Amino acid sequence: MKFGVVQFPGSNCDDDAFYAIGSIIHEPVDFIWHQSEDLKGSDAIILPGGFAFGDYLRTGAIARFSPVMKSVEKFARSGGLVLGICNGFQILLEAGLLPGAMMRNTGLRYLCRHVHIRVETTDHPFTCAAKKGQVLKIPIAHNEGNYFNEPKVLDELERNNQVIFRYVTPEGADAEIDREANPNGSLHAIAGICNRERNVLGLMPHPERAVESPLGSQDGLVLFKSVVASLAQRAAVPA
Amino acid sequence: MLDTEIKVTPQVAAEHGLTADEYARIQKILGRDPNITELGIFSVMWSEHCSYKSSRVHLKRLPTKGKYVVQGPGENAGVVDIGDGMVAVFKIESHNHPSFVEPFQGAATGVGGILRDIFTMGARPIAVLDSLRFGPLTAGPGAGKTTPEEIKKNRQLLDGVIRGIGFYGNCFGVPTVGGEIVFEPCYSNNPLVNALALGIAKRDELFFAKASGVGNPVIYVGAKTGRDGIHGASLLASAEFSEESQQKRPNVQVGDPFLEKLLLEACLEAMHTGAIVAIQDMGAAGLTSTSSEMASRGGAGIEIDLARVPQREAKMTPYEMMLSESQERMLLVAARGREQEVFDVFHKWGLDAVEIGKVTSDGKLRLLHHGAVAAEIPAHALAEEGPRYSRPCAAPAKGATPQKAPAFPFAKAGTDLTENLRKVLNAPTIASKKWVTDQYDSMVRTNTRVGPGQGDAAVLRLKESKRAIALATDGNGRWGSLSPKLGAMHSVAEAARNVACTGARPIAATNCLNFGNPEKPEVMWQFSEAIDGLTEACTALETPITGGNVSFYNETLGNPIYPTPIIGILGLMEDAEYTVASAFRVAGDAIVLLDGAPDADKNVAETVNAFSSSEYAKETHGIVAGAPPAIDLGAEKRLIECMVKLAADKAISSAHDVSDGGIAVTLVESTFGYGLGANVKLPAVQGLDAEAAVFGERGARAVVSAPAGSLARVKAIAAQCGVSALEIGNVATGDFRIQYGDAAVVQGPVTSFRKPWSESLQKAVELG
Repeated sequence: MKFGVVQFPGSNCDDDAFYAIGSIIHEPVDFIWHQSEDLKGSDAIILPGGFAFGDYLRTGAIARFSPVMKSVEKFARSGGLVLGICNGFQILLEAGLLPGAMMRNTGLRYLCRHVHIRVETTDHPFTCAAKKGQVLKIPIAHNEGNYFNEPKVLDELERNNQVIFRYVTPEGADAEIDREANPNGSLHAIAGICNRERNVLGLMPHPERAVESPLGSQDGLVLFKSVVASLAQRAAVPA
Repeated sequence: MLDTEIKVTPQVAAEHGLTADEYARIQKILGRDPNITELGIFSVMWSEHCSYKSSRVHLKRLPTKGKYVVQGPGENAGVVDIGDGMVAVFKIESHNHPSFVEPFQGAATGVGGILRDIFTMGARPIAVLDSLRFGPLTAGPGAGKTTPEEIKKNRQLLDGVIRGIGFYGNCFGVPTVGGEIVFEPCYSNNPLVNALALGIAKRDELFFAKASGVGNPVIYVGAKTGRDGIHGASLLASAEFSEESQQKRPNVQVGDPFLEKLLLEACLEAMHTGAIVAIQDMGAAGLTSTSSEMASRGGAGIEIDLARVPQREAKMTPYEMMLSESQERMLLVAARGREQEVFDVFHKWGLDAVEIGKVTSDGKLRLLHHGAVAAEIPAHALAEEGPRYSRPCAAPAKGATPQKAPAFPFAKAGTDLTENLRKVLNAPTIASKKWVTDQYDSMVRTNTRVGPGQGDAAVLRLKESKRAIALATDGNGRWGSLSPKLGAMHSVAEAARNVACTGARPIAATNCLNFGNPEKPEVMWQFSEAIDGLTEACTALETPITGGNVSFYNETLGNPIYPTPIIGILGLMEDAEYTVASAFRVAGDAIVLLDGAPDADKNVAETVNAFSSSEYAKETHGIVAGAPPAIDLGAEKRLIECMVKLAADKAISSAHDVSDGGIAVTLVESTFGYGLGANVKLPAVQGLDAEAAVFGERGARAVVSAPAGSLARVKAIAAQCGVSALEIGNVATGDFRIQYGDAAVVQGPVTSFRKPWSESLQKAVELG
């Protein structure tokens, strides 16, 4: 079992994801340079946070054309697990691996703070180790995290249980219009979604920053542990 | 239009800010008249900003050595040993003038500049702190005579500066973890933006900026050179402001944090190849200072072929190329024969890397342009033989010693002070800065153990060892205006106390000295006094100064700012697990007041006189008078020792020092973190009014909370350190109450205090 963390020019949470996997959950992990098409035999790919290509033009708009994305797309289409965190989520949106777009936060300001997100389904390789309805305290740090999509697609996402994480109050209550709980103004208070096939997940909060309680929270661990469990299960049951 | 054809005359020299004497000196060094390029080069290198010509005679008094110091002032940043083969590299720098002219880019490039100073030494930046000063955001007693126009402008400046800081740091990927923001009328037309950066490196992998090895290639890396920032150092940073200052906007540099992130990664990777001999970033005075300083430090010369310099604009003259302050550029010397290794790394990151010259043995900075010699100057003369001025100092007319304040209009005994506390909490200097710090990424790189607003100092754990580093900045300009020396001493003491409250031992300092026009004897006197204060305090607290900068000419229309030395103190914690934050954690915990000088309040006359200099006096009565509190460095040292020991013993649940707003503010702030409360009884001091007792700001004090079970240990450790430990109450739930002697002076639900404190800043800025 091996994780691959993609490095784009301007990625700045690559080291943090690498550290969370290598030094906290103690799983094999390798960096993958954006110009390489070789995923180095990774079983799960992480597109980390940061400002790939300086967020010039639009967040993720240039990064999606990096050579590595061809391989990531192929990997995703063949069922491989792909996790996009923050800027990584934005890149997945631009690459068309996930539906929708990110607008600027409603307050038009960058926001970095702990938020609460609710696990909406555990029928998912990235949440299978969590409890349904579990509230996770995880930080956000972004300027463009205001999820947008047209009503028809939003309904479809809901119907297919593709909304994996939603911003909620600390107690776990719905909070779409609560600017304290859903600080960027995302429609349906969406914090993270997956594709129809459920193997590609994008989320704005940073689980890799929430893996040690002395730093504020270890609620993000459950994502990484879920991936490990899913991969172990896949290995045990040949497709 | 500047051109190589321009003939240099004394008049042209004067337009470059050079005096007649300085011009004569240049003629003597060269043995001839300089050409226009040479004149430009001298003018920036000998500017106040680059040459420290007015401050050097005083700066040499500062203590710069100590057992932790690896590198003191003189390099790109200071370096201290943090054990396990690791070093911390840190420095604070000002970007005041650019931030007034263009707040967003001024602040952004201030952050960019200090980050380059850190990674040019081979250290990866792991934290930034910002010490900011603005004029008032709202009218009121504390705003004095600030006009409505100035207030509006102050809000815009604050908004621009914090957006600029966030823009740069967030993208670069360094957490902005702390600092302070203080508001005083004197900063209305002259805000201060001081940025501190911290990096860590392996001790044996440090890089220095000493060019060596005759024939070694000089390589230019990073952004192309444009016409931006020409004369930033000499014109913008080395003169005061007039009404025409907005015309200087083209002199402000423009920052690109993405490019700097690439430069960081490429530099660190290239350093690891072993092919780099020396490296320095191009900051103020760009290519000029980098080339001449590297040559001078290495006792060598450097020859540059300007035609090879990557240029963003067509037909740039040697003058423009040498004086450009385009951002995100570095100059390095590589080992001859290994340049390709360097090029490969930079090209991988998509950056320009071009050999533009070589190290020579003749000690000269020689510039070639299309085959002709465009300039030839002894590098050492340029970097080290600039003018030194022992400028006249004169105490102000009111006298050198602090004044006696008129009698303070104390409320009559028994008056309820609850509303006054809310007023103080609503003052932007005291109010929560969360609205600002939420706009900064404070967590990237996952080392932030104590982030903005969570403790008295920021605490960064180290992944390379079990240790942690604490950092705080402080500076009290208002006190500096009443007594420059005491003000400076308090800045050191408070920063050190803040660091110690988190459990770290203060080991070193960096300073940013913000003053008015040094050509005014009174300003120079303030500067000299402040240096004496810093020297005394840093010596006593064993925190040598490892670097920093001086920012003079902080005045607009002849009105200087308060003398504002900003001190950054770095502390080392043996084990990150010792970390102490400032919020009360558990209802029922005992609240203990630790005091290094418990008898000080008995000097009622002095305590009352000092009270007129407090934040409370300013915010509630518009009074700024008297003297700062007397300082007892021995008491400060005892308290620091006590805090470090208490943390290592894990005896306390929280610690928060007593400073702005006195013990009332310390206590109520401690309740906010976890929504708790407090019930406190302070013993009355004979003859001392309640207001002075609860809002007075004397140092050497901290409030800690501890479970009943460890109270005896707290007292024992305090006694061992010579610090008094007075149990003054308990952590409660929901309500906050302070009793002074027999009378309740403050009481109310915690939420009623939290509301003004947490909303004040955002409300003030969003008034537009």
